Amino acid sequence: MKMTAPAPVGLLAELTHRCPLGCPYCSNPLALEGRDGELTTDEWKRVFSEAAALGVLQVHLSGGEPLSRRDLTEIVSHCASLGLYTNLITSGIGMNGKLAKALAYAGLDHVQLSIQDADAASADKIAGYAGAFAKKREVAALITAEGFPLTVNAVIHRANATRAGAMLDMAVALGARRVEIAHVQYYGWAVPNRGQLMPSRAAAEAAVAEVERKKHELAGTIVVDHVVPDYHARLPKACMSGWGRRTLNITPQGKALPCHAAETIEHLTFWNVRDKSLADIWFESPAFNAYRGTAWMNETCRTCERRDIDHGGCRCQALALAGDAAATDPVCHKSPHHARLAEILASDMETASAPYHYRRVPARSLA
Amino acid sequence: MTQTLQATSRPKLPRGVRLKHDEVRGEWLLLAPERVIKTNGVAKAVLERCSGTLTLQDIIADLAQNFDAPEARIEADVRALLMALAEKRLLDF
Repeated sequence: MKMTAPAPVGLLAELTHRCPLGCPYCSNPLALEGRDGELTTDEWKRVFSEAAALGVLQVHLSGGEPLSRRDLTEIVSHCASLGLYTNLITSGIGMNGKLAKALAYAGLDHVQLSIQDADAASADKIAGYAGAFAKKREVAALITAEGFPLTVNAVIHRANATRAGAMLDMAVALGARRVEIAHVQYYGWAVPNRGQLMPSRAAAEAAVAEVERKKHELAGTIVVDHVVPDYHARLPKACMSGWGRRTLNITPQGKALPCHAAETIEHLTFWNVRDKSLADIWFESPAFNAYRGTAWMNETCRTCERRDIDHGGCRCQALALAGDAAATDPVCHKSPHHARLAEILASDMETASAPYHYRRVPARSLA
Repeated sequence: MTQTLQATSRPKLPRGVRLKHDEVRGEWLLLAPERVIKTNGVAKAVLERCSGTLTLQDIIADLAQNFDAPEARIEADVRALLMALAEKRLLDF
């Protein structure tokens, strides 16, 4: 069935999957796209021009590490000329004073800088990169000195859950006006690392309570956007604000996805910006139309009073945990698979001490 | 904690927060980090005066004249809007 969708407001551009860090919860897919075959500068420019014409207002320049692209400044400048709001999502590795100035001159609107922990040794271990913690402090100073508004992004998991509040204090100290603090979402690299990342229920609940307490304490100083842990919840998240409703992702090689994990739904075919216009992809592609509206829903979701609030939760999680992408998200207490989450939590506690599977891009092909 | 807005405060949209006319949807929006906020005609009129040069008092007087409305009512609306934005760190003064 063809749906009449509203125009998208946001576009997340995974400019590259190359990244110096190896964070074990990276949202990129396990099958990372190599440098060969990445969209060219001109191809990205065309994508952003089409996005602006389609109604996209904000573009999120992400990766991988977007600073690995040598044409980043040119891309920002092009987006700014189209009136797009540009948001750089970075680990900070690769930033220097000259580049920060060039990005400011190009018209970059906002910077999001990731941190791994408030403790230096732990942060470097999580990132799989010696010196990352110290480098990020330098980069935050460069960014704020250049006058950019700064958001700090932090991810909570077993290794740092007791320092959730300290990470908020660190965001304030780094000069951020806003902080996104999120419990790990189990997609991408977080799936094979789930046992190593999953905090106990007590640790997760303590971290949630601490962040909520500090959120009120810090009101007016820093805005805290808090994403609570999925697996410990009774109601699912409104994933992506609904499939194909507000945003889309473009992978380094040009595949257009409704969310970063959508490729795990293997029966869907994702069109590429090299072959199709963004408007065709958004309005006409079967993948974007697959879970729009309510016709695809089962009885439980279709008759639920929260249907238009959470849209049935996350399609990728439904597939991963219930074996059917159209099922109710098992995080929901109404799902017949809800008990599976408690089983997973119990089994994860047994693999807790295993080392991380660090995220790594495969070596460049020799062809 | 958020400070109180004074009559002599000079409200200003900080860098990274800006008004934009959305040609596709035909409306004025406030773009901010990870947020898109719809504005009505009054909010837009308030926000385009938040350049850091006018005082709160100037803004209220100007709007009262433009909208032919009593200053007391305008003041209540303007303060509510600006304080809500300041709490979200989307306005400085």
